[in-house]
Amino acid sequence: MGILKVENLKAYYMTDVYGTKRTVRAIDGISVEIKENEIFGIAGESSCGKTTFMKVLSGAVKPPLTVVGGKVLYNFGNGSLDILSLQKDELRKIRWKSISCILQGSMSVLNPVRKIYKTFRDFVEAHQKIEKKGDFMRQMRDHLGKLGLPREVLKAYPHHLSGGMKQRVTIALATIFKPSVIIADEPTTALDVIVQRGVLQLLKEIQKEQKNTIILVTHDMAVHANIADRIAIMYAGRIVEEAKAGDILENSLHPYTQHLIDSLPMIGDKSHRVSIPGVPPNLANPPSGCRFHPRCSSVMGICREEVPPLIEVGDRHKVACFLVSKESGDGK
Amino acid sequence: MISTIKNLYEHDRRFRFAFIVIIGIIIFSSLSFFSPYDPDSSYDVPSDQSPSIKYFFGTSSRGQDIFWKMTFAIRNSLLFGISTALLSRIISILVGLTAGYKGGIGDRILMSINDSFIVIPILPLLILFNFIFQEKMSLFLLSLIMACLGWAWDARLIRSQVLSLKEREFTRTAVYSGMKSLPITLKEHLPFVMPIVFATMINNMLWSMGLEVSLAVLGLSDINTPTIGTTIYWANQHQALVAGVWWWIAAPIAISTLLFIGLYLLFASLNQYIDPRTRLLRMGG
Amino acid sequence: MKHGFFFRYCLQRVGQCLLVIFIGITITFIIPRLAPTDPVESAIATANMSGQYTHPEAVAEIRRALTELYGLEGGIFEQYFNFWKRLLKADLGPSYSSFPTPVMDLIRRSLPWTVGLLLTSAFIAWAIGNLIGGLAGYFSQRGWARTLGVFCMAIRPTPYYIMAFVILALFAYILPIFPLSGGLAIGVHFSFTWRFITSLLKHAFLPSLSLVIVSGGAWFLGMNSLVSNIVSEDYVVYAEMGGVSNRNILFRYVMRNALLPQVTGLALQLGMIFNGALITEYVFSYPGLGYLTYNAVFSGDYGLIIGIAIFSIIGVALAILIIDLAYPLFDPRIRHR
Repeated sequence: MGILKVENLKAYYMTDVYGTKRTVRAIDGISVEIKENEIFGIAGESSCGKTTFMKVLSGAVKPPLTVVGGKVLYNFGNGSLDILSLQKDELRKIRWKSISCILQGSMSVLNPVRKIYKTFRDFVEAHQKIEKKGDFMRQMRDHLGKLGLPREVLKAYPHHLSGGMKQRVTIALATIFKPSVIIADEPTTALDVIVQRGVLQLLKEIQKEQKNTIILVTHDMAVHANIADRIAIMYAGRIVEEAKAGDILENSLHPYTQHLIDSLPMIGDKSHRVSIPGVPPNLANPPSGCRFHPRCSSVMGICREEVPPLIEVGDRHKVACFLVSKESGDGK
Repeated sequence: MISTIKNLYEHDRRFRFAFIVIIGIIIFSSLSFFSPYDPDSSYDVPSDQSPSIKYFFGTSSRGQDIFWKMTFAIRNSLLFGISTALLSRIISILVGLTAGYKGGIGDRILMSINDSFIVIPILPLLILFNFIFQEKMSLFLLSLIMACLGWAWDARLIRSQVLSLKEREFTRTAVYSGMKSLPITLKEHLPFVMPIVFATMINNMLWSMGLEVSLAVLGLSDINTPTIGTTIYWANQHQALVAGVWWWIAAPIAISTLLFIGLYLLFASLNQYIDPRTRLLRMGG
Repeated sequence: MKHGFFFRYCLQRVGQCLLVIFIGITITFIIPRLAPTDPVESAIATANMSGQYTHPEAVAEIRRALTELYGLEGGIFEQYFNFWKRLLKADLGPSYSSFPTPVMDLIRRSLPWTVGLLLTSAFIAWAIGNLIGGLAGYFSQRGWARTLGVFCMAIRPTPYYIMAFVILALFAYILPIFPLSGGLAIGVHFSFTWRFITSLLKHAFLPSLSLVIVSGGAWFLGMNSLVSNIVSEDYVVYAEMGGVSNRNILFRYVMRNALLPQVTGLALQLGMIFNGALITEYVFSYPGLGYLTYNAVFSGDYGLIIGIAIFSIIGVALAILIIDLAYPLFDPRIRHR
């Protein structure tokens, strides 16, 4: 198996405020397998459950988010462990050493009243004893140096740094222990285009050097096109298509994926960009059958009643759409 | 409105407690309209009787039935609190909306003045005021001057509410569609500001009624009108505690403590209810 | 230009302090002019009525001082100008009730008691309330945290007078452990002896306890709700994901950040706490400004009341200035810009 295997994961937000009970089905039956040493992209519109998925993958499940079913199995070379059934201190052991994160809104993930090196020390100290302060500072300077960051940032406060710099510092923080898996949630969203490119470059280089698996979540297909090896497309809490990046970009099968690709700007292409009609569904009350059917231009009767299964159609190319399954079914 | 109360009553224990206490106290204070005694009269009943079936809260050294006296005292204190809160709302809303809406230098100036009013110790000023007016002092005059001094904290809260509203989409739409700033402020913001105005009003009542107690015990309120404070004042004047007439002072302290706690819990639960985070969860985003 | 921002911050705080003093003192100037009668004459009439010993010379001198401060001769601006002139000379005339002692002397004598009581109580209440409130906010699911929360909900709205009165009745009348009144036992004088210190602490204990309970309860509730918001801030969630120890997260991430609004809060609440201290002193007959105020009201000492009002405003404004200037020590965003 790969480094991460997710089996039929379901995670809902369940709230009860002044008697108004609500269940938001943010993740509703996701199965996926991620291999070692690859950049796995997850794409989708906002509020399709991407961020919730990342939270569950990193074991940060807190009420009102509740895992209703399924497994998240990691394999760091010594058998598989389900991150959802770990004790608190077992979880703490694998965090940062094996799994680390780069969060959405990285602008505010650094403690505003603490100098950068102290934040680094807090994270390091949680996993190994720091014998000598001098050695620790040298290591940190080396680490930052490798990522092309000036050593002065260690003595700075977060408010001294620009947005791009903060994001680089966060990446440095997330890669101190050369973790096997890095979960990156919208790492470039708040940055301007030029800084974005630099940050992506940095991620790519780190991956090349440390050979980790990066799970990259962003709504921005251009970023995926740039960096991902494989891409999964999420829609309304489910994966609708998954394939090698090239296949997704050039040979997509799901109508939703095709819409996403069409909205990408291409050099030399002057045709009008059509945005997807309609709005993303409300996950508290999702549509029946295929959740994309109200917005789909090729909708059929069956789409309204049954949920299309995610089936393999080609070389590790999976899709969940009756258009495809019918064709391939007919062909057989 | 009714459904909000029902909702809160069913799901917030604090609100339920506060609601029952406050309704109870309002009923108690409206008993004053059926009082067999005049609020100002004394020596209607034998003095210094301890609480009994005949005199629920006992009688005072001035021959007053404390139960009926307290119905007047609570009614007056409540009316005093409400009128102070209503009067001070006028200034708070005006300052809060203007500062929040105008922004820039005008906001900075208004907020500097506002902050000054927040930190100035008001009790010495009220003592001076009451001292100057002496016999001409009335509860209404006191509530007027307290409203002039006690609006600032709430103006700040209203302003921050407006600032967060300004960021939202519909204000910008209104600005682009050419609406004047005053109509925007009134039409678009006031409905959203009203809940916080109501919550701060309760808080302001707590503040003003508490200060009235402080002033009255110094003999600096309208001591001839029964209120929570003046009841304690007269009990102290007659050395009630030393003389063993403890019920004279226990009655106002017990009822007012209940009232204050009730009002505060009401404030706290409303505050949580109108908190944008809770509201988001409630409405379902 | 590295220190430009910090300098501007300090300048701004000093400006705010001066504005507070200006507005406060202007109000003390205006209030007597709202009176339906000549404030000077009515003040002297009240004083005569209160049955104090009246020396014609005393009356004349006090009338002179009051006329200068509050006289209605000349235009309103001239009056205002004279008022400030007298204030800046730090001369408020003699006190009526203890003629010929100047008002300033009486205030100077009471001030250390109030400052001592208020500062210790305010600081203890702030420290304890915030510490326990922070812990209770972080461990909000625990039984003790909920119990304390309910307790503070009941304490918070209680007026200072009622809390002070109940404590006095409990610990001085019903269980006579502590002295009923005063700042020191009779016959004890200021010195660095054991007897003096125990007497001082014994007398200060109940007034300070009642102040600590009421304002500590308020800090508890404030910190509690601050912490429950801060635990969902990105930097706390991120530190949790990084496996940073709970202890570190609680103190260096959550509480450390929640402290900042509470320091500002202390500055904003100080005036209110001062009001409470005045009332508490009166209840416990503690020889500070509060007790002096009571005596001034009781004996109709107009000049003394004005003096106390003015000094309260200046004192509170300066104390707030000190807190404001100390704020950058807690917040690096102002310290290093």
